[in-house]
Amino acid sequence: MSRHKHDTAVPQSSRRSGAVESRRNLGSLLRAYFHNHQKIAAESFARIVAEPLQSVMTMLVVAIALSLPAMLYVGVSSLQQLSGSWDSSAQMTLFLQKGAKDQAIKSLITRLESNDELAEIQYISPVQALDALQDSGGFGGALTLLDENPLPPVLLVVPIADIEGDVPRVELLVRTLSSQPLVDEVQLDMKWLQRMQQILDIGRQITLLLGGALSLGVLLVVGNTIRLAIENRRDEILVVKLVGGTNSFVRRPFLYIGLWYGACGGVIAGLGVLLAQFWLGATVLRLAALYQSDFTLKGLGFDGVLVLVALGGALGLVGAALAVGRHIAQLEP
Amino acid sequence: MIEFDNVSKRYADGHEALSQVSFALDTGEMAFLTGHSGAGKSTLLKLIMLMERPSGGQLRVNSKNLNRLHKSQIPYYRRRVGVVFQNHQLLFDRSVFDNVALPLQVSGVERRDIERRVRAALDKVGLLSKEKLNPVQLSGGEQQRIGIARAVVHTPRILLADEPTGNLDPELSAEIMSLFEDFKNVGVSVLVATHDIALISTLNERVLTLDHGRLSEAATLVPA
Repeated sequence: MSRHKHDTAVPQSSRRSGAVESRRNLGSLLRAYFHNHQKIAAESFARIVAEPLQSVMTMLVVAIALSLPAMLYVGVSSLQQLSGSWDSSAQMTLFLQKGAKDQAIKSLITRLESNDELAEIQYISPVQALDALQDSGGFGGALTLLDENPLPPVLLVVPIADIEGDVPRVELLVRTLSSQPLVDEVQLDMKWLQRMQQILDIGRQITLLLGGALSLGVLLVVGNTIRLAIENRRDEILVVKLVGGTNSFVRRPFLYIGLWYGACGGVIAGLGVLLAQFWLGATVLRLAALYQSDFTLKGLGFDGVLVLVALGGALGLVGAALAVGRHIAQLEP
Repeated sequence: MIEFDNVSKRYADGHEALSQVSFALDTGEMAFLTGHSGAGKSTLLKLIMLMERPSGGQLRVNSKNLNRLHKSQIPYYRRRVGVVFQNHQLLFDRSVFDNVALPLQVSGVERRDIERRVRAALDKVGLLSKEKLNPVQLSGGEQQRIGIARAVVHTPRILLADEPTGNLDPELSAEIMSLFEDFKNVGVSVLVATHDIALISTLNERVLTLDHGRLSEAATLVPA
């Protein structure tokens, strides 16, 4: 039988409609499948645009939930970068007794140079320290008011590389150095570093925890929005099921709506974080200049924004899937 | 094509809508299903659509026992059946074209085939010129014809209609019935539930009468 007769929408005989099924090969089905995805993605987006108020509110909730942990992440990784520049040094600062004689200091230095565990020794006299302080930090004016130099002589010592990370050996060294005459106090710079590392670890954990809790919030918000959308389109779902739509066909538009909400929320969150970075960046730069640091805010960057969009899209999709899975199977004509 | 073998349907509340109904409808055969309201007409159609499952007896369509059809297979089964509803069940958020295209979209027909077949179906019901309109803009009779176009666009082997002329004047009703006869003549099994005795009597088709869930068949029907 010729093909054109199918154009009549009426089968010529009951045997013919079986032929329609078998003639539709896999390629044609796949083309139709992808076209259907394309069409539904576009239609879902149009639906979102058609209800701007509701959509923008959902997207903003997603955006806020994503941008808070993202900003925290930016802060923590910026500080991480700051501490990273000190990472390798286990430098110690030896504060000597004020008013110690130059001769005595020199003999101390000679003694320390014979210590195998020290790689480098640098002497900073009170005068040098005062000069350095005057040059930096904006204390210049205040320092000229002092009658005498309040600063002690200082030795900066760097232990040999082996000793790094070996806590008992470092502690032994600190004790040896502390017991030297003239030495008032030994300050282990690494200790500050460790403390800062611990603070950063806590910061990272808080970021994860907050991110997890807010992600759960995104799932619930998107899920609830999708549940309402399903209720609104109840009649349509029933008709689609009656004409032979599978559950996955019925699910598809709602999954796309979830994906769009999430991804758009991610875009807004990304722009928000970039804006905050830009705004804070100038202030941070000024502050860093004040401390003669080349510290800059380590931004989110383009990759980071992409990650936010992907994360938002994934959360939206999962939230929609959770809502759709429960409600659509229950809706039967 | 459709075989009811002692089919009963008892709802969860104990109401027995159908009692031991047996009949067969052949390929290319048309029958009217009639009876008072609540006699079980809609239940019978719902069983064929698998919107309900029989509580007793066997229901076979195309020699396949529907009782054994798994839930996941129902969509694919429904694609071989066309249904016209009393309230036509059109979707007002899309055009006439998209309404008619729905059964083709769900079964993964390609776009260019969809266009061709939707236009053929609309042409058949005489509404090709209205494809871009929203169904809201159409009259009741036109909406019902769009519903028929949607029911036949995927060339089903079975066409069911539940009170298709419920709200229409006699002239429009006759027009719609003659559409159904056209489908019968090309080999579709057509089952039309209606209480419009006057209309049935003008057509020379088989009549199945339900009375409190029990089926009786009259060779000819005396006009009421």
